[in-house]
Amino acid sequence: MQPPSPEQLIARLADQIAPTLGPDLALVGIHTGGVWVMDALAERLGREIGNDLPRGVLDISFYRDDFSRIGLHPQVKPSDIPFDMEGRRVLLIDDVLHTGRTIRAAMNVLFDYGRPAAIHLAVLLDRGGRELPICPDFVGAHLELAEQDNISLTRADDGALGFKVNQRA
Amino acid sequence: MKNNPQLTEDGRLKHLLSLDGLPARILTQILDTAASFVAVGEREVKSVPLLRGKAVFNIFFENSTRTRTTFEIAAKRLSADVVNLNINASSQSKGETLLDTVANLSAMHADMFVVRHAAAGAAHLIARHVAPHISVVNAGDGRCAHPTQGLLDMFTIRHFKGGFHNLRVAIVGDVLHSRVARSQIHALTTLGCPEVRVIAPKTLLPRDVGNLGVHVHHRMEQGLKDVDVVMMLRLQNERMQGARLPSAGEFYKHWGLTTEKLRHARPDAIVMHPGPMNRGVEIDSEVADGPQSVILSQVTFGIAVRMAVMSILAGN
Repeated sequence: MQPPSPEQLIARLADQIAPTLGPDLALVGIHTGGVWVMDALAERLGREIGNDLPRGVLDISFYRDDFSRIGLHPQVKPSDIPFDMEGRRVLLIDDVLHTGRTIRAAMNVLFDYGRPAAIHLAVLLDRGGRELPICPDFVGAHLELAEQDNISLTRADDGALGFKVNQRA
Repeated sequence: MKNNPQLTEDGRLKHLLSLDGLPARILTQILDTAASFVAVGEREVKSVPLLRGKAVFNIFFENSTRTRTTFEIAAKRLSADVVNLNINASSQSKGETLLDTVANLSAMHADMFVVRHAAAGAAHLIARHVAPHISVVNAGDGRCAHPTQGLLDMFTIRHFKGGFHNLRVAIVGDVLHSRVARSQIHALTTLGCPEVRVIAPKTLLPRDVGNLGVHVHHRMEQGLKDVDVVMMLRLQNERMQGARLPSAGEFYKHWGLTTEKLRHARPDAIVMHPGPMNRGVEIDSEVADGPQSVILSQVTFGIAVRMAVMSILAGN
């Protein structure tokens, strides 16, 4: 199984998102891969509309549902939402969508900043395996992956994005 | 690792009793986590659901309104259920032992104890006797340690100075009776601060001060020269009655921090104090309320640091 190129998927996502752009839209990336995708998307979309979209970053460590089993993530990063959430349309962005638990947690974080008018979801890769009723609005690609395997986005020092697959026997 | 009662067998933090013996990795994890909680404190909703359904007992065998309040706010912002107990006013006056008190509270399904006690080692004793799922946080024991104060001081320094590796730090005042000073010295040394000084009269220095790895000064002018951080200690009023000091006025004249003495430090030096302050004894109001003072930031950061400690402990 060959994972697709992230650059291609970002271009595809940007094409889907472009018609929905508006002054009330803000981008929010989920640490860490989602933030990389957001930055790449914002660059493309900003070129199209000629100005910058408001951007925020979310860390969901304080809202995870497995805290009592595995404890606090050793590397929590600060969330930063530099715009008013009230009445805002939020495009939530992540690299890989799997069980949907991260998205559930991220939505709870967003609501603690205020009441958004709407939340949309964009993911680079949907690998299936949902455990919660969560459905993305924008998808770069669907990928069939064995349940025990793991795929994540990586970023090289030069900023190039790639996918890394960990296959477990 | 196995000899440190604060750590699990695989090296994670189980209790916070003292900063002594904690590796830089754990101190840094606490400071990093606290930075995220500072961001939470600036939101519309200031609480997170991490400790929902957990019971945190603040057991204070010695009064300390401010420390108890900041632990209470921290636990509430983690969505824990908080119970405050001032024990000197209840069972202990009826003759119940420390461990009996703790056993009774454990039977009320406690998940965490925050302990303040006048006797050194009280929190260690409790940690040795609690059920495995319970964590203990030392909120000050005798002259021994006050680890969350030490951590919030480190957080404050890192926030304003960016790190520890190029800093000169002076700790000023009653080092002998301070439980804060020991925590501070351990933490600064572990985090890589190259030069820690203590400035105090000979009578207010512990006999083993030479073993703490600090530079000792008796005069403010020399001790403060070119420092980046000035950490004042509280002069305990009750110490004044002993033979260690002539008078509060005499102390202020030699070791009280005034604008004039502060000029010996670097112009961008920050001034810290763990509170409560004795204005006109160890610090002048002009300095305490001046542009270099970060004393109120310490209080704000103290909540985030205690949230970090409690959430890390509860997760391990």
